[in-house]
Amino acid sequence: MPFLQPSDLDAIRLSFQVACAATVVSTPLGIGVAYVLVYTRIPGKSLIEGLTNLPLVLPPVVVGYLLLLLFGRRGWIGSWLMEHNIQVIFTLTGAIIASSVVGFPLLVRSIRLGMETIDPAYRMAARTLGSGPWDTFFTVTLPLSGKAVFVGMTLMFARSLGEFGATIILAGNIPGITQTIPLAIYEYTGTPGGDRMALSLCLVSILLSYVVLLISGAASRSLDRR
Amino acid sequence: MMQLAVSVHKQLGAFNLTADFTVTGQRIGLFGPSGSGKSTLMHLLAGLLKPDRGTLRLDQTPLFDSANRINLAPEARRIGVVFQHNHLFPHMSVRRNLLYGWKRTPVHERHIDPEAIIEVLQLGKLLDRGVNLLSGGERQRVALARTVLTCPRLILMDEPLTGLDEELKFQIISYLNSVFSRFEIPLLFISHSLMEIRLMTEQILIAEQGVIKRRMATEELARSIWSTPGQSYVNLLHLGRPQPLGDLWSYQWGDIRLILTEYGANNENIFELDAREIVLFKHHPEATSARNVLPCTVRNLFTAGNRVRVELQCGSNTLTVQIVPESKRELELAPGKEVVAVIKASAFKKVL
Repeated sequence: MPFLQPSDLDAIRLSFQVACAATVVSTPLGIGVAYVLVYTRIPGKSLIEGLTNLPLVLPPVVVGYLLLLLFGRRGWIGSWLMEHNIQVIFTLTGAIIASSVVGFPLLVRSIRLGMETIDPAYRMAARTLGSGPWDTFFTVTLPLSGKAVFVGMTLMFARSLGEFGATIILAGNIPGITQTIPLAIYEYTGTPGGDRMALSLCLVSILLSYVVLLISGAASRSLDRR
Repeated sequence: MMQLAVSVHKQLGAFNLTADFTVTGQRIGLFGPSGSGKSTLMHLLAGLLKPDRGTLRLDQTPLFDSANRINLAPEARRIGVVFQHNHLFPHMSVRRNLLYGWKRTPVHERHIDPEAIIEVLQLGKLLDRGVNLLSGGERQRVALARTVLTCPRLILMDEPLTGLDEELKFQIISYLNSVFSRFEIPLLFISHSLMEIRLMTEQILIAEQGVIKRRMATEELARSIWSTPGQSYVNLLHLGRPQPLGDLWSYQWGDIRLILTEYGANNENIFELDAREIVLFKHHPEATSARNVLPCTVRNLFTAGNRVRVELQCGSNTLTVQIVPESKRELELAPGKEVVAVIKASAFKKVL
């Protein structure tokens, strides 16, 4: 695409990297949290529920700032990571973490809704057929919530493509390193004469989101047909 | 012979279940109206619900013992369950459903061959189908085969025939009979239908308002239920293979022969005969339009309101007849009295 700058291509690549990594890393955890929320009766369950949903209602900038405190040099996790020479702030990892935290509630919500609609009798039937709790989870519960997991992943992927507030605070806006599509657009709008370039990235963004929607729709239909 | 010893208590909200019994047998029924605690007991036995206190023992194995903190997980109990709504896994083909439990059964316990059960229940053509495309009867057969293949020590069936139409119901019962006699698996059959219970079991446990204690022979229950108004007793006759007799059919019934209009293709055919369809005579009627004239001895008489139930001994068989008190007086019926029972060839209705 001739109307895109090389830095724009970087932004597109980075957006994809961040969205893919955030989705892939969060999915197993999301399944685990959804399972705990739906099937277990542990103390502090409402606390876990509140914590996972919080990023949905908080302004992303607040989430970003809290993450910055947590992962900063003097933060709980940051100081521990420093000892192991791992840098999160102003890196791609930081962008992935920011996207993961912001998109996580959408993922958990979707999986949870899916798991809640599974008739508990299927799990009972599996148990009486000699299947243990883990076996039942992997052969009955997970396959039956497959569609919900997929929908959750799509939502999370789309949310990560558009993530701005938390990312700019935790990972900054460094072209080629942490500058994803929304951050690049933001920078163009602040640059004199950058309108045209902002607009072309906007078009890319629209196109990408539309493709994600199409893929998600097609996949969910094929899951229905099975 | 399976032995089941139960002494448990369970509270579920406002509902209390107390079960206290020991049964020995191959085919046990659990009979009672809905809401009487039948399903709760099934869940407790299968390990899907935990009793508040008490003990559960199957043969020599303790399944649950609150005093000794024993509570075997469902998968460790080796008790199969056929649920009312069968619960076939919708994401698997018929074949994968069938083998789900079999694969999880220890190799040394697998004494039932999948091919054998597929043949008995005629599932061969269905194996590669998705379960969502099966009819109600097919689903129930697949669910039964899936459970039988785990080679369980006991199968619990929770109202497996409810929701199937009459014809299909009796078809499934004959499948059930062939499976349970061929593979010799003990059965606990849960139902609110007296007919189903009578066709499937020899003795029963009675569930009434959350209490499961009473135990009796299935026929005994069938007779006792007769005294409730509007209910009539139905004789279930196990007849042999029919032989043609003119344009009718002759069947062996114990040591006597009966003549019926209806043909039965099995080696053993079950017919029902309403107790009201039998007419009693003091002496042998010289000529009658009815084809069956059986000399009998009165064993017992029970009166309830304006109905009298007469139990007859006909050769080696028993037959129950329902008459009115006026007839009882005129016939001078009393235990030990000889009478003649007359039944039309068309009064028998084929069940199985």
